Amino acid sequence: MTAAVVTGLGITAPNGLGTEEFWKATLAGESGLGPVTRFDAAQYPSRIAGEVPGYVAEDHIPSRLMPQTDHMTRLALTAADWALKDAGIDTEELPEYGIGVVTAASGGAVEFGQRELQNLWSKGKEYVSAYQSFAWFYAVNTGQISIRHKLRGPSGVLLTEQAGGIDAIGHARRHIRKGFPAVIAGGVDAAICPWGWVPQIASGLMSTVDDPTRAYLPFAAEASGYVPGEGGAILLVEEAGSAGARSAAHVYGEIAGYAATLDPAPGTGRPPGLRRAAENALADAGITPGDVDVVFADASGVPDLDRAEAQALTELFGPAGVPVTAPKTMTGRLLAGGAALDAATALLALRDGVIPPTAHVTAPAPEHTIDLVTEAREADLRTALVLARGHGGFNAALVVRRTA
Amino acid sequence: MRRVAITGLGVVAPGGVGVKEYWELLTAGRTATRRISFYDPSPFRSQVAAEVDFDPFAAGLSQQETRRLDRAAQFAVVSTREALADSGLEISALDPGRIGTAVGSAVGCTTSLEREYAVVSDGGRKWNVDHEYAVPELYRHFVPSSLAAEVGMAAGAEGPAAVVSTGCTSGLDSLGHAVELIREGTADVMIAGATEAPISPITSACFDAILATTPRNDTPESACRPFDKTRSGLVLGEGAAILVLEELESAKRRGAHIYAEISGFASRCNAYHMTGLKPEGLEMAEAIDAALAESQLAPESVDYVNAHGSGTKMNDRHETGAFKRSLGEHAYRTPVSSIKSMIGHSLGAIGSLEIAACALAMKHGVLPPTANLHEPDPELDLDYIPLVAREQQTDVVLSVGSGFGGFQSAMVLARPDRRTV
Amino acid sequence: MTTSTATVTLADLTRMLRESAGEEEGIDLDGDVIDTPFIDLGYDSLALLQVIGEIQRDYGISIPDDAVVDAETPGALLALINSGRTPAA
Repeated sequence: MTAAVVTGLGITAPNGLGTEEFWKATLAGESGLGPVTRFDAAQYPSRIAGEVPGYVAEDHIPSRLMPQTDHMTRLALTAADWALKDAGIDTEELPEYGIGVVTAASGGAVEFGQRELQNLWSKGKEYVSAYQSFAWFYAVNTGQISIRHKLRGPSGVLLTEQAGGIDAIGHARRHIRKGFPAVIAGGVDAAICPWGWVPQIASGLMSTVDDPTRAYLPFAAEASGYVPGEGGAILLVEEAGSAGARSAAHVYGEIAGYAATLDPAPGTGRPPGLRRAAENALADAGITPGDVDVVFADASGVPDLDRAEAQALTELFGPAGVPVTAPKTMTGRLLAGGAALDAATALLALRDGVIPPTAHVTAPAPEHTIDLVTEAREADLRTALVLARGHGGFNAALVVRRTA
Repeated sequence: MRRVAITGLGVVAPGGVGVKEYWELLTAGRTATRRISFYDPSPFRSQVAAEVDFDPFAAGLSQQETRRLDRAAQFAVVSTREALADSGLEISALDPGRIGTAVGSAVGCTTSLEREYAVVSDGGRKWNVDHEYAVPELYRHFVPSSLAAEVGMAAGAEGPAAVVSTGCTSGLDSLGHAVELIREGTADVMIAGATEAPISPITSACFDAILATTPRNDTPESACRPFDKTRSGLVLGEGAAILVLEELESAKRRGAHIYAEISGFASRCNAYHMTGLKPEGLEMAEAIDAALAESQLAPESVDYVNAHGSGTKMNDRHETGAFKRSLGEHAYRTPVSSIKSMIGHSLGAIGSLEIAACALAMKHGVLPPTANLHEPDPELDLDYIPLVAREQQTDVVLSVGSGFGGFQSAMVLARPDRRTV
Repeated sequence: MTTSTATVTLADLTRMLRESAGEEEGIDLDGDVIDTPFIDLGYDSLALLQVIGEIQRDYGISIPDDAVVDAETPGALLALINSGRTPAA
């Protein structure tokens, strides 16, 4: 069957704007978590976030797009520009309907939406922007990326909360298998505004610890919930033959396996679906757990969810049977952007033969029998497994493999 | 290649809850559009909508479900239960990991979100909204992926699940997504469809601001006028349709009633404008061509076209152009209708509601009409089935959709035993 | 009811266009644009709806819905605004 490979990466992350900045910081264990600056969070129980540093939208986004785009969409457009540039692809040389766009979303462009809700409720309907009809909605990143680069292929938007980045990449592979030469896929999200913050507080899963180095400690005994972040990654997924024919500058790796599952309804007594997603993805890639060199964990930071993930990993790989890492400790959980960034990070790890660390965590809690990588570790990496879970019961697993 | 059959339908639509009421409304050519009753519409330019008279308890939801679920989720869960019962499928006898879920929605839980926003912001007075007033369900409403989780869990499905959110093509695209999962072998059964409950002040304000909804407030029952010379915009609607899709051979083996096969699906982007359309309908035509090719059917085999027919000046011209481009001369011989004239435009849900209507049209040999089409637009010269339903057997049906973001989708339903080219 | 007697000038219009819809690269809005079609200035119907909304709010006037289609140039839009002068309802 046709292979889908990744030939371009675009990254906007709290610990680095641009792929190489991000990767350098990630290997060095440099975190992008800090006190919220995008709004005054003093009144809220949670006050730490991962914000993308030094992003000046006007440097990246044409003036005409500024009034009609949210911060989230600007970051997404920037990441997509970079992914295409990194791939060195001339979109006009591919068939007219050859390139699609598939992105993940969670709560939409929340800051834009909050502003317009406030206009409506405080001033009246005449004050609602003509752009609100699409600027806030879940499909906006796909639509704007498609328009900006004149991409007319099959496109989509998948919502599975934090698992969405993997689902978008898995879906891109479907299009490749159906004969489309390339798909722009991934997720970039941003919801660091009061109306994005309060629903997360209501979920009860956010950390309320104020120290940015102690707030998000997945698998640690002191785990206390998660810290949200903004940003994500866009990947250029390409049919291997097409990438070969144009002598693509990079082939980061192959999308070798993908699977998704839904947890059973509460109260059924059936096990959660993360392990099944991982097993199905490995089967899809035609490999066994022994072939996996590193796992990029979902790393919820919520003790019960950490326990469930550590247990699934132990069942699959045996106690400490595979290195496990969570570089998202340096970015926070990026909603629909997180799993896409993890996939990009896994590809960079394969490229350079090094496992990035889980920051701020010195050791996993004794109950978790996993080999948690807490300092960058060199290793001969051929295959990585990326796991993600989305609120409400979504599970997704992606296998990426080095091609050379 | 594995093929996909529709074996169950569940519907919540303006004019009635349940497939029976839905089909009665559509074939009677009755309209369910009316003056908005959910809130005072008088500040708005457009004051009409197709609302569902929905009593969650009468529809079978429990107290806890009613509290937990947004209106769109309520519609979806009720439709899921009807569809499963209709399919006769014994879910408990199946491997839950082989049952997937795909739910389309353009604007998610927007009604609940706006209601809760008004509370936490104290009527829009506070930028720093109050977390003390946030209800526990708020995060579930904030991420509309919850709609797929609710449907999947209501059905006992543990395979892949997702919300597909591609604006107003969501309801076609979610079904297209489900078809792919069955074909590739990831799932044997898909609980798939779409839901939307967008009738809320912020939605009214959005569509007002771009003059997309009709200002025809004096005669709400005839406000949505697709293909008519006097059409003046869309009428907002709400509702849900959930379908049970099965791998065709296994559906046949268990003796299931098969409404139709979903034989082809394709989607393209116009990469042109977030809300605008070019009159030629190039990308929609490309999607139609690809969906027919996937079905191994010639354009001449299409017996009926269920149009997007939103009733805006631009849309109706755009898709008429696309039909002519794809079907050629055959476009002039093919009946086309828009059920939005009767049930309004329920954004992300409408594509699935339209496919449900197509499946029923094939079952009953009746084509639903375009209501309110009294004065055909001279520029639009196809057979749009004005006013009155038409008896006609159909073997192949085409349905199309067009969405903000530039999405253009086409789906083909066919009798499984048709002749292919 | 608020009515303004001020006339909307081309400079007002281009300022509001810049604010509410941005500026197309390579277009000089300060040049002689009074008769240049909006489409050639890089503005689509959404941009016009946005700026018409702003004018209605700032000047307390009501501009008919058709303006977005009928007024193809800044000159035509200004003529429509400044001659109509219908107070907002």
